[in-house]
Amino acid sequence: MHKEKGVMALFDDPERLLEATERVRKMNIEYMEAYTPFPVHGMEHAMGLKRSWIPWATLAFGLSGAALAFFFQVWTSAINWPINVGGKPYISWPAFVPVSFEGMVLISGLLTTLVLFIVCRIPNLTKPVFHPRITDDRFGLLVERMDPHYNETELQKIFKECDAKEVKTIM
Amino acid sequence: MQAASNTLAKNPLINPERTYADLTNDVCAPLEKFPTKTWYLAFFGALTILGIGALAVGITIARGIGMWGLNIPVGWAFDITNFVFWIGIGHAGTLISAILYLFRQKWRTAINRSAEAMTIFAVMTAGLFPVIHTGRPWYAFWLFPYPNHRELWVNFRSPLVWDVFAVSTYFTISLVFWYVGLIPDIATVRDRAKNKIRRVAYGILSLGWRGSARNWTHYEMAYLLLAALSTPLVLSVHSIVSFDFAVSILPGWHTTIFPPYFVAGAIFSGFAMVLNLLVIARKVFKLEDYITIYHLENMNKIMLLTGMMVGYAYIIEFFIAWYSGNIYERFAFINRATGPYWWCYWTMMTCNVLVPQIFWIRSWRRNLVVMFIASLLINVGMWFERFVIIVTSLHRDFIPANWGMYKPTMYEIGMLMGSFGFFLTFFLIFCRLLPTIAVFELKAIMKFKGKEEGELYA
Repeated sequence: MHKEKGVMALFDDPERLLEATERVRKMNIEYMEAYTPFPVHGMEHAMGLKRSWIPWATLAFGLSGAALAFFFQVWTSAINWPINVGGKPYISWPAFVPVSFEGMVLISGLLTTLVLFIVCRIPNLTKPVFHPRITDDRFGLLVERMDPHYNETELQKIFKECDAKEVKTIM
Repeated sequence: MQAASNTLAKNPLINPERTYADLTNDVCAPLEKFPTKTWYLAFFGALTILGIGALAVGITIARGIGMWGLNIPVGWAFDITNFVFWIGIGHAGTLISAILYLFRQKWRTAINRSAEAMTIFAVMTAGLFPVIHTGRPWYAFWLFPYPNHRELWVNFRSPLVWDVFAVSTYFTISLVFWYVGLIPDIATVRDRAKNKIRRVAYGILSLGWRGSARNWTHYEMAYLLLAALSTPLVLSVHSIVSFDFAVSILPGWHTTIFPPYFVAGAIFSGFAMVLNLLVIARKVFKLEDYITIYHLENMNKIMLLTGMMVGYAYIIEFFIAWYSGNIYERFAFINRATGPYWWCYWTMMTCNVLVPQIFWIRSWRRNLVVMFIASLLINVGMWFERFVIIVTSLHRDFIPANWGMYKPTMYEIGMLMGSFGFFLTFFLIFCRLLPTIAVFELKAIMKFKGKEEGELYA
């Protein structure tokens, strides 16, 4: 869907980036993406992004992890090979709490990271780095040419007014 | 000007003259040139003591753990002391990276990367000891439940099995949390790379991170969730380590105070270790503008607090031993303070309870030499705390006929030394290869063009 071709403005101040983003969004442009050295707060709002849904995935993974660890302990201790340890019941559930907890943390932590990688589409070593200073002190805004509301002159004007240090065309 | 009239004005977290680019340059500089003489000196020093440890371990494995001073009644001593000590060291890293993150303590951003690295290396070091103590480390995988031809499972009611799960989960999640935090910074190093090998190597490690706003939204959420998972995890790990003792019936071990007491002690000793490392690292890598005296002072305050929590635990433990009316319990504690290992007990008391009290004085809290020596003493004290808990409880239990003494052999002392070599070798390699400060997080709290810090990105 996204071809990543269009015009990119580079700012040296996150506030100018936010301002430019808001103005570009007022043009009804949707195909845009900001590239910043650190998470600029207010960006989700400026670009109209939704809150991340990852917490729901983490909740599901955490519950399944705890359940998995708990029932594994029940199965090994009471079903597969019941062993009487110190006269305790086979399903001595309080003793299974620590490992169930660790199962929750392990499974939800690992799968949350996996989900993060999937939604961020990483690892991906083929996509270009637009500007080496984007991971240093430049704040880039890329507007894609394929957007129906794309208007090069209007964009150039916005970028100029927002004090972009550099505007380049991404072919 | 308004800030000057405000008595609660915050200390600047970073030297306010610094720009984003300065920060990137200063943190990445040590990675991009040949190591200094100091680094080589430290590295070969660490390798040497690692070698001594490796020798001690090699002889132990070749001839068996009879090379150690362990016997009945003291079946656990240096090995488990070192294990608990190193696990505890690791806990400060998670406290800084996860718990202070959830509490939005912005000063943590300058120190969290190195503290997390310390966590990982400390847990790796800790993990060696139980494995070596098994005597046949090649069978260490028996600790995990896996389908086998004997059709046996591990005993899930045993705290030692809980410990296997707690420590391995802790290591895995700390590593993942640390790596996720590193991705954007590795991308920074990648984009600065002057030669192809560096570009490719850091490019692969950065997973092709480009810092797009959509990615950052998910990234920040996932980071927050990992912090939220790590917080109860770190509390659970040392609680479970303390269950190794508390679930038994031995006087001196069988107490309900152990989990919180162990967690406070872990954070206490961990902060002392972070402080020791940072006082040196900020000097060697010229990071004084980012890891300021203010950061170190805050850490000293936490050490003062946790030191008093530990001191409270020592005293209440003693009080309860008397108040319980249980003669075995009472004896165990009087024996700790006045028995043959009295000097260990009083070393622990002095280093852990008295030494941190000097941090009530502001000028001492801010004095590098004073805090460095105090942290060293605290580490000594915390090592002795574990030794006292383990050995003095074991060596004289219920019946005098069972009593005995424990003395370490040179193999155990060699392993203790070697553990520092192992830890420092990894830490020094980390300082050479990866950014020691979380660059992107620090940029997010930086003052920019006269704006108050945190105003823009609170």
